Amino acid sequence: MPAPIRLRELIRTIRTARTQAEEREMIQKECAAIRSSFREEDNTYRCRNVAKLLYMHMLGYPAHFGQLECLKLIASQKFTDKRIENGNNDTDLIIEMCRDLAGEVEKLLKTSNSYLRKKAALCAVHVIRKVPELMEMFLPATKNLLSEKNHGVLHTSVVLLTEMCERSPDMLTHFRKLVPQLVRILKNLIMSGYSPEHDVSGISDPFLQVRILRLLRILGKSDDDSSEAMNDILAQVATNTETSKNVGNAILYETVLTIMDIKSESGLRVLAINILGRFLLNNDKNIRYVALTSLLKTVQTDHNAVQRHRSTIVDCLKDLDVSIKRRAMELSFALVNGNNIRGMMKELLYFLDSCDPEFKADCASGVFLAAEKRWVLQNPTINAGSYVRDDSVPNLIQLITNSVEMHAYTVQRLYKALLDDISQQPLVQVASWCIGEYGDLLVSGQCEEEEPIQVTEDEVLDVLEGLLVSNLSAPVTRGYSLTAIMKLSTRFSSVNRIKKVVSIYGSSIDVELQQRAVEYNALFKKYDHMRPALLERMPIMEKTATNGPTEIVQTNGETESSALDSKHPPSITQPTNQANDLLDLLGGNDVPVIQTALPTKPASAGGELLDLLGDLSLSGGPTPAPAPSVPISQTPFLLDGLSSQPLFNDTAAGIPPMTAYNKNGLKIEFTFERSNPNPNISVITIHASNSTEADMTDFVFQAAVPKTFQLQLLSPSSNIVPALNQGSVTQVIRVLNPQKQQLRMRIKLTYTLKGAPVQDLAEVNNFPPQSWQ
Amino acid sequence: MMRFLLLFNRQGRLRLQKWFIPLSNREKNKIVSEMTLTVLARPPKACSFLQWRDLKIVYRRYASLFFCCGLEDQDNELLTLELLQRYVELLDQYFGNVCELDIIFNFDKAYFILDEFIMGGEIQETSRLCLARHMEEADAFQETVDEYEKNPTY
Repeated sequence: MPAPIRLRELIRTIRTARTQAEEREMIQKECAAIRSSFREEDNTYRCRNVAKLLYMHMLGYPAHFGQLECLKLIASQKFTDKRIENGNNDTDLIIEMCRDLAGEVEKLLKTSNSYLRKKAALCAVHVIRKVPELMEMFLPATKNLLSEKNHGVLHTSVVLLTEMCERSPDMLTHFRKLVPQLVRILKNLIMSGYSPEHDVSGISDPFLQVRILRLLRILGKSDDDSSEAMNDILAQVATNTETSKNVGNAILYETVLTIMDIKSESGLRVLAINILGRFLLNNDKNIRYVALTSLLKTVQTDHNAVQRHRSTIVDCLKDLDVSIKRRAMELSFALVNGNNIRGMMKELLYFLDSCDPEFKADCASGVFLAAEKRWVLQNPTINAGSYVRDDSVPNLIQLITNSVEMHAYTVQRLYKALLDDISQQPLVQVASWCIGEYGDLLVSGQCEEEEPIQVTEDEVLDVLEGLLVSNLSAPVTRGYSLTAIMKLSTRFSSVNRIKKVVSIYGSSIDVELQQRAVEYNALFKKYDHMRPALLERMPIMEKTATNGPTEIVQTNGETESSALDSKHPPSITQPTNQANDLLDLLGGNDVPVIQTALPTKPASAGGELLDLLGDLSLSGGPTPAPAPSVPISQTPFLLDGLSSQPLFNDTAAGIPPMTAYNKNGLKIEFTFERSNPNPNISVITIHASNSTEADMTDFVFQAAVPKTFQLQLLSPSSNIVPALNQGSVTQVIRVLNPQKQQLRMRIKLTYTLKGAPVQDLAEVNNFPPQSWQ
Repeated sequence: MMRFLLLFNRQGRLRLQKWFIPLSNREKNKIVSEMTLTVLARPPKACSFLQWRDLKIVYRRYASLFFCCGLEDQDNELLTLELLQRYVELLDQYFGNVCELDIIFNFDKAYFILDEFIMGGEIQETSRLCLARHMEEADAFQETVDEYEKNPTY
């Protein structure tokens, strides 16, 4: 058979093919020829054929039958064959052979042949990557690596050391002693004269310089001594490197990253940030991109320094390049703080309006996060609302709730937005929630920030009903609007219309809507007395880490509240006194368990507690925090209180009871118990007894503790303290004392005796040590 | 470390592909097609860097070929531009005024040069002289072997 054509010929032939079909034909013909050639076992042309197969494989055609031939080539002694073969080597082979080869590699690391040494070093790097346990094996060979003269070996050695230090903290500490040596090598590189073989635009071996800088970064991180040793050289590189060419900038870039990561002195850090600032103004896009990326990394640690370049960064938002815009946006969000928020928001909102769709979702969410942190609701964020991801809806709702002064304005703007467009689901959801909450403000035209619009109740209900029937509304949105309509029943006067709407949806096909409507119907019919309380305004919410409903809500298994929950996931904090009232409702009365996720009445009891804490002046203590900021961590108490009834026993575990108060016939005794699950909690039971001749009615016991404690008051057994010690009122107090400080308490007692109200304040300081230790 | 290096032209034809991590053929093809699409879609004056999945992509156009490589998080992008420049210079030194055709017809040599310059995703030799010497030695050795084979007594 004729000699197979040379590779060149094949390539030329294939390139003449004008269509894909023609090309395929030629390939197939050639494949057939190659296959027959292989069958003939003619070694002369094997490499030529395999080369052709490689080419065809690169073009995308299957060439599997050549693999066996490749194996034969590997076995072949011919050098030419081996060269071809290298092109086909899979790195997969390295994984399998790692352990076997590691010994070989280690030996080769020590040979005098630099060609082999550098390759051995890189092999070692990959062995370590695949099998980190083998790192120890290479340790002895690394001793002399840095004393090499050959740049190739030096480079690969630095790579090997970097890999080892990255993988193992022990190695890191071990190699810290190399810092002086590395500094010296770097210095030589910088100071050395021109060397044509390593030179790149006047800089000697930039590749090696950058690798050394990177290794220094790893070695200097969180180590003062090493960092100090490199301070000088870093300063030298930072100031002396030529910045006209890309090479210089590459080295500067690495230097800046190193300076920011190690424990450098402040002067050096300022130098680094300034270099980045200069980069930002560079004409070269690549350099600006790199600068923005680095600033993003450093903005957490050196916030103020980066702030100085804020205007340049904001300008980058207007850059034409997509990569730069994205980085600038991320960096801008990181830089927003209380001082610059107005200006930044303006720029960012402008950016949001004009940027590409791929940015919009992230940008809008970023805007909300920024607004959240500063509790400022900027007006045009409502426009941004149409772009947000769905999970931001609860965040936005929370934000709106918490900026109390903006309620009227917000609801007005949102209402107007709804009139324009009801297709943007997140926006519609937020808008209908707001209208449900603050519809009364909308109708009464209380807006201060803007010209108040004249809206009637019917118009509002029209809009909300429109949402219910619209095809554009998602099921979730419909749920929102139905609940909003329901809430308006306590805020509007046209209750009949609302009743009608709700009853219509009682037979809706959508199960969720139907359930809600049925429940709301029930609310109208059987539980009308609860309706105002249930549908009251939401209080200020405290943000929880998760957006899930709090445990308060979870203790109420009622579907009514769970339906509410799905829309009001943010947590609710309340003074624990109110929570106790809730419990009271649960335990004491016959009222069915329609619990609310909202507080049932304004904090009248809580308000007094606020006052109590307000004038509580502890010697040397800081002013106590107001009640609403009692953190949600109280809720575990709540659950415990619910479930573990034995808490209400009086016998102390060896802690003697004490008399806290004894005046005018009223005696209050404290008995103690340790709460088992949590040793920091002391459980105190008060026993109030009355030695006068008349009953003390409307008895209310209140207590406040210093800031380091947390207090929970459970419900009293009764409000009437019978006369002549015929009985006592008991009440349980739970005190959390995480810092094991001395327990002090101020109590306030109010009661009515013989028709006259009596009020008294007292401090209790004589707690036995065992109660709080 | 570099994860891969691709050379392709404006029509999306792949001229060279070097992978420094083990991947299945399917994954490789997927990466290749995504890279060609993304890079070719960029405007001409755009930034040479972009973020793709968890990698930094650095690309540069030399005449009709795009050199595109994927880097890990710690790698220096600006230095990679220098690396690409160095590789092109090596090719130029070897082939003399290298163009796409040279790489098409001598892809094995192109791979060989690449393998001498970069191994396992890291640079192994930073000296131009050394690399040139390696190539000369290899060529000389091959010539010797070829001649030896051509001899009728072989």
